[in-house]
Amino acid sequence: MAYSDKVIEHYENPRNVGTLDKADPNVGTGLVGAPACGDVMRLQLKISDDGIIEDAKFKTFGCGSAIASSSLVTEWVKGKTVDQAMTISNKDVARELALPPVKIHCSVLAEDAIKAAIEDFKKKREARQQKA
Amino acid sequence: MKLPIYMDNHATTPLDPRVLEAMLPYLQEDFGNAASRNHAFGWKAEAAVEQARKQVAALIGASDKEIVFTSGATESDNLAIKGVVEFYKDKGDHIITLKTEHKAVLDTCKRLERVRQERLDELRQMRLSQLTGTPVSRDNLAELSIKHDLDNDPVYRQWAELPTGGARVTYLDVEKDGRIDLKKLEAAMTDKTILVSIMFANNEIGTVQPVAEIGKLCRQKGILFHCDAVQGIGKVPFHVEEMNVDLASISAHKMYGPKGVGALYVRRKPRVRIAPIIDGGGHERGMRSGTLNVSAIVGFGKAAEIARQEMADESARLFRLRERLRKGIMDQLDMVTVNGSLEHRLPGSLNISFAYVEGEALMMAIKDVAVSSGSACTSASLEPSYVLRACGVDEELAHSSIRFGLGRFNTEEEVDYVIKLMVDKVNRLREMSPLYEMAKEGIDLKSIEWTAH
Repeated sequence: MAYSDKVIEHYENPRNVGTLDKADPNVGTGLVGAPACGDVMRLQLKISDDGIIEDAKFKTFGCGSAIASSSLVTEWVKGKTVDQAMTISNKDVARELALPPVKIHCSVLAEDAIKAAIEDFKKKREARQQKA
Repeated sequence: MKLPIYMDNHATTPLDPRVLEAMLPYLQEDFGNAASRNHAFGWKAEAAVEQARKQVAALIGASDKEIVFTSGATESDNLAIKGVVEFYKDKGDHIITLKTEHKAVLDTCKRLERVRQERLDELRQMRLSQLTGTPVSRDNLAELSIKHDLDNDPVYRQWAELPTGGARVTYLDVEKDGRIDLKKLEAAMTDKTILVSIMFANNEIGTVQPVAEIGKLCRQKGILFHCDAVQGIGKVPFHVEEMNVDLASISAHKMYGPKGVGALYVRRKPRVRIAPIIDGGGHERGMRSGTLNVSAIVGFGKAAEIARQEMADESARLFRLRERLRKGIMDQLDMVTVNGSLEHRLPGSLNISFAYVEGEALMMAIKDVAVSSGSACTSASLEPSYVLRACGVDEELAHSSIRFGLGRFNTEEEVDYVIKLMVDKVNRLREMSPLYEMAKEGIDLKSIEWTAH
């Protein structure tokens, strides 16, 4: 399959590959996908107490489009508020990377990863507040 | 060394320059129709075809009268299976094949199953109309069949035993190493079995089946044996007498000949009969009508002759190259597994899984090397290779596999380049893989509740 230039560019120079400290109360981790399906995306967001996404890291097992999708969203979410990040949809990702129809699924995974990471962060915060 | 490097010789092979040279006159001045019996142009073409027929026959130890030229192995597989089912329909309608066969065999079998099912549906419709006294549509066929207990209706049961033109098919599992268990084959045989279709060497994992033993068993039971021998012929010895085959499919472009030409070996003693699937001028002794593709057939013949003369040296060289590739990769990377038997394998074939790295992403990383991925992520389906699944390979590992097919024109220098590239790129992708990180931390990936999607 021929990839778009943007997919290739992100695949060859992925932004923000890495791992954030899971134990950090300000870090939300989203792990989506399944190895049996051929893609797993892990997105980690470091979120300030006033809800600004300060840092984002990803690791992805999957095809070139899956890697490019996760790399792209780490760029997009940085500096955004949690509410702004929640509005990023798979359509935006698919359009930006010009994903072919069979790869739309990779962009869905990227959207899910953002939501899962934010949800994880919110759960952690609630747990903290209950303790306090 | 020239880039890109071609290591997908299971898919197709480049034309050998000697083959092209042999073909050229038949594309130019000697353009005659081999069926033109009344002038020199025709005679020359016919002579060239008959020469090629001898060359192809010699490669597999057959007589030239046993070679039927076709448009390729897909047609050969179709002709063998449909031809036997049609011709021997009074004898039985059961076929046995493997889950790891090529689609040309599997889809042909599936079509024959559909034909049978459609015919049975028509018979049920007819019988139900008789029983109810009104016309019966297809819509409520199942419902009415149960109501009238059609399975125990003596008339319908008698009808259902008549030849349908289709077939019943048993798709056998393979063992973990990709090979068949002969006991399972024997157990699947019934008095209605007319054909066993099992490949010589698998196109994805290179596993070589015990064809001679399969053929022996079929012969004992009076069952015809068709072998899709495309991937193995010309690479390792295949002799129709020793292999006990009745029908064998061959393709030219898998052995450095041109695309669009193949052959079906059809045994003469004892005689195997097949009904044609293409009707027309009665070419190829009535088994395959259509003007012969003379230049391609000449190329096929030349390719067969070269393969016969050079097979021993070439397979030894390819074996050394493949082992160099395998060891080079496996010595430098952990969590790597070879798919399919190492012992019973084509010399140039290596199918290998790199855990925690997705096959298609890896192919993208090594874009200067043409290989094939066991992951089906490139197609509309997200299912990994059915061959790897049939061998019991985990879906996850099936998504992580790459097929290397070494061929006549690959060099040691290329292999060394590919080893280095593979090691670099697998390491890079593993650095990016959450699964590799988790595995390294000792997390059991099976214990995680993954989100299905």
